[in-house]
Amino acid sequence: MEATMENTRTTGTADVAWDHDDFQTVGTPGHDDPRMTAGNVDVFYGEKQAIMNVSIDIGANEVVSFIGPSGCGKSTFLRCLNRMNDTIDICRVGGSIMLDGQDIYDPSIDVVPLRARVGMVFQKPNPFPKSIYDNVAYGPRIHGLVDSKAELDEVVEQSLTRAGLWDEAKDRLDQPGTGLSGGQQQRLCIARAIAVSPEVILMDEPCSALDPIATARIEELIHDLSSQFTIVIVTHSMQQAARVSDRTAYFHLGRLVEVGPTKQIFTSPQHSLTQDYITGRFG
Amino acid sequence: MLSPQQATERVAASVGARYRRERRFQMYGKLAIGSALVFLVLFMANILQKGIPGFFQHYVTLEVDLDRELLDPMGDASVDSLFAGNPRRVMQLAIYEATGAESRADQRAAFKLVSTGATNRLRDMILEDPSILGTRMSIQFAVDDDADSYLRGFITKATEERRRRVKDNQMDMIDRLQAEGRIEYKLSDYIFTGSDSRNPELAGIKGAVIGSLLTLAVCLSLAFPIGVAAAVYLEEFAPKNRITDVIEVNINNLAAVPSVVYGILGAAVFINVFGFQRSWPIVGGFVLALMTLPTIIISSRAALKAVPPSIRDAALGMGASRVQVVTHHVLPLALPGMLTGTIIGMAQALGETAPLLMIGMVAFVVDAPSGIFSPSTALPVQIYMWADSAERMFVAKTSAAIIALLSFLVVMNAAAVVLRKKFERRW
Amino acid sequence: MPTNLVLLVLLALAVTYFVLGRRAILSQGQRASGIRSMHSLPHYYGVWAGVAALLPALVLMVLWIGLEDSILRALVASYFPAERPENFIEDVFFTQIKNVAQGNVVGTPPEWVMQAAGAWAGFERSSQNLMSAAVLGTCAVLGFFAYKQVGLEFRARNAVENVIMAVLVACSIVAILTTVGIVFSVLFESIKFFGMVSPMEFFFGLDWIPKANFGENADSGESAYGAIPLFAGTALISAIALIVAVPTGLFSAIFLSEYAGPRLRAIVKPLMEILAGIPTVVYGFFAALTVAPLFKDLFASVGMSASSESALAAGVVMGVMIIPFVSSLSDDVINAVPQSLRDAAYGLGSTKSEAIRQVILPAALPGIVGAILLAVSRAVGETMIVVMAAGLAANLTANPLEAVTTVTSQIVTILKGDQSFNSPMTLSAFALALTLITVTLALNVLAIRIVKKYREQYD
Repeated sequence: MEATMENTRTTGTADVAWDHDDFQTVGTPGHDDPRMTAGNVDVFYGEKQAIMNVSIDIGANEVVSFIGPSGCGKSTFLRCLNRMNDTIDICRVGGSIMLDGQDIYDPSIDVVPLRARVGMVFQKPNPFPKSIYDNVAYGPRIHGLVDSKAELDEVVEQSLTRAGLWDEAKDRLDQPGTGLSGGQQQRLCIARAIAVSPEVILMDEPCSALDPIATARIEELIHDLSSQFTIVIVTHSMQQAARVSDRTAYFHLGRLVEVGPTKQIFTSPQHSLTQDYITGRFG
Repeated sequence: MLSPQQATERVAASVGARYRRERRFQMYGKLAIGSALVFLVLFMANILQKGIPGFFQHYVTLEVDLDRELLDPMGDASVDSLFAGNPRRVMQLAIYEATGAESRADQRAAFKLVSTGATNRLRDMILEDPSILGTRMSIQFAVDDDADSYLRGFITKATEERRRRVKDNQMDMIDRLQAEGRIEYKLSDYIFTGSDSRNPELAGIKGAVIGSLLTLAVCLSLAFPIGVAAAVYLEEFAPKNRITDVIEVNINNLAAVPSVVYGILGAAVFINVFGFQRSWPIVGGFVLALMTLPTIIISSRAALKAVPPSIRDAALGMGASRVQVVTHHVLPLALPGMLTGTIIGMAQALGETAPLLMIGMVAFVVDAPSGIFSPSTALPVQIYMWADSAERMFVAKTSAAIIALLSFLVVMNAAAVVLRKKFERRW
Repeated sequence: MPTNLVLLVLLALAVTYFVLGRRAILSQGQRASGIRSMHSLPHYYGVWAGVAALLPALVLMVLWIGLEDSILRALVASYFPAERPENFIEDVFFTQIKNVAQGNVVGTPPEWVMQAAGAWAGFERSSQNLMSAAVLGTCAVLGFFAYKQVGLEFRARNAVENVIMAVLVACSIVAILTTVGIVFSVLFESIKFFGMVSPMEFFFGLDWIPKANFGENADSGESAYGAIPLFAGTALISAIALIVAVPTGLFSAIFLSEYAGPRLRAIVKPLMEILAGIPTVVYGFFAALTVAPLFKDLFASVGMSASSESALAAGVVMGVMIIPFVSSLSDDVINAVPQSLRDAAYGLGSTKSEAIRQVILPAALPGIVGAILLAVSRAVGETMIVVMAAGLAANLTANPLEAVTTVTSQIVTILKGDQSFNSPMTLSAFALALTLITVTLALNVLAIRIVKKYREQYD
């Protein structure tokens, strides 16, 4: 499902008229202490090019947000960072994406440990139809991260605590995760993601299906988590990007137009497209 | 909790075992599909290997004196005259001559080598061309099924003589005939032109095929209109209320009723109440129509559902009545889908056996049925009956009949696929 | 008048009324302001007149032909001798009477049969004449009334559409009538049976020894109608079939939907469907002539004796037949698991098999259970394979190498040939059928309910 949606969303990109092909991203795509480095990334869905020549560094323990109008490729690019696009048959990725100096698209790299290091939270909360406990324990179990039930209990408790769900869930750990409210479900998914101790967490519009109060809690949580994890978040809400992220990247029709410190992007954008988007001329 | 570095190491350590499990799991899948396909291949190979010989049989060429007195005692070559004649004697003379049998025992043994259908064949030849009377000519006759079994090598001298159906003297005669080049192994005349027979060498599928076609014709002419009408009503007009709910559930349940039950229904209603006779194709057609109705209704409804509502809205907006919307616009668009479902339903009906047994389509019918009100059998029932027969040659004929049945099914399903491909439309 | 001729005249009359109706409205229209002055298009008026002439007459004719036999039987029943000998089978004599009435006298029938046949022929002739008159009369009268209705104000299209509607509804009701017919065709005979054999004996008895009790087929000795051996045989064969079909079908579905590329799927799926399209009689032949001897030799080679008609052979072949059924149902169910769950599993770094075993299959479990229930219902109702390969011996055994018999194969065996009504043996088949229908329907309803619930969960 996701695949076809992504597909239709990017259909427009093929006929974009970029004036010159030597387009340069404006701002500061580089970082002093990069955890992930994307260099000249192109993404194709069959014949259609969804991402064009994107280069950006993701720094250690920073929160980067990707913003841009729908269909700009921000989600597509995010899904490249832990190779979730592999599940789509017609998707091809060019260029290089490095995690701690290793190209994650290198044939020798295995996606299973990669995704354990780069976790992901999705747009719609998607807890497994299992108990809350089993949802969080799923990752540590399959990856063999714990040796005993006691250790597993501890991991579950800590993950739920960090996700801010422990107090609400501790008395109902054996009840199905699907019985929680939308916001709680999304926090459960975050707890599930951090239970495998990833280095990077990718969040694909994590609040788009939530009400404002639940959204505020998730944003708070993102803020707390940023001390331990590198977080990349795709959002359609500029306010959210402004509230949670250290740096912001603006995508437009498959190009990375501008990257910079969040404050700067929102106060003095350099590229005219960014400015138009920020000021609400389109989007 | 582990640090990311520790976690990474642990994950790396777990990966080997996990991928072994992964490969094992994938192998189960391949194994499952593989075994199903291997079964399919073995099955087809087995049926072909058994069935292809069923299309062939051995013939012996004899010089026959078509003696006028013996064959045509009244001298006018009329049917009555020919039936009053004694073609059996003519055949005996020809066989004795060819085999050189002299003793009583040998002569009796020799006569058994040629199929009892030979006398009918003589009569038919004379009826077709009376001028051959009085001449001497070479004619090919089917070999009796026991002799045929010997020629195929199913019966050998290795078995004790009293325990086999072909005796030593018969084997010697056959060997001699073969050495003289009188025996020929060729495509059987009877398999396509004959009907059921107690003599396997004369048995054919013509009667059963015609019976099946008549039954299917009745089935189609009932099930298709009724099924389509019911589907149209339920999909396009029916109000959503309890009654239509009941009908819906009903149809789903009917699709799951074992086919043998439909046979009981047919016997009770069409034979006991309507007074139709057992083994009439019309009864079979009625029963199969009721059986395929759910299939046709369900697939027709799917075809109607696939027609986008925008087309209905457009026609209604032009002031067409709801019946006109359906007959002018929706039905033509849904028709290919309905036909596909109908063909699949018919294929199902063609292969169905149990309900036909219940309504007595197991009649031993030597002639092809002449209409939907004459006793008949059907191809799958014929297969069932021949499969029960002890004669070795019936195994081959059964397999041949199976090949014929499967060929019909392949053609029908191919037609359905072609139809679907040709009219497949994405809205 | 022979039936065919009546039908032809009827059609001709209907066509005439169609032409008349159409002509009438056209001439009336001409006098007014053309087609615009009519309520409906001209052909609707013609169709109305034609249909009014044809349909009721046709229905009458079908009913007449359908019920004629029963009525004639009632009429000649008075010719039957008052004192009926034991094992008197009415049906046999009715067939004889009909044959004699048609002029096929075989042997020397009793005197009363000859008289009854004479009466029968007379009744049949008058019935035929009466029917011709009634049908054609109805046609002419109703057609005339409809023709008289034709006028500019008459809403012919609505009238015709109402007829179409009625026909559509009638066709939908066929489904209900079928169900009613099925229930009634087994219910009464079953009740009669339970009047002769107690339900306790039938449902819990351990011996199944049906005996024919009429004519030359009469068997001597005690009969018994305890159906437990049949139920056990059915259960044994179904269990074997499911052991073959469920893992194979399920793993095939998993492989095809999760691992195989579109090209492989496009080849393998239709091949699997072929297995579903092979007629059951062909499977039965294969089971009886190839698989059963194979198993017999195989087990003989390891020193076990297998019967030449064994539950194992029938069960395995039936299992193969059900594979595509299980596979395509599970395929639907697995595909209904939302992509978001797969994403979640892969996003956490699951391998494919981990995602399938720990997320997709548990999520799809209710649907798969439903699919398996449907497969059970299939296996229980399957007839030809067991008739041909499982044998007829009512053994109460759990040994799959022995011959067993099933509910369906007993029904076929008992009802296949000529039979005497009202003998416990014949009636027992109806009781078996009633049991069979109840069980398969219950399974089906349960399965559909489970699957429906499951689908709602993800909608």
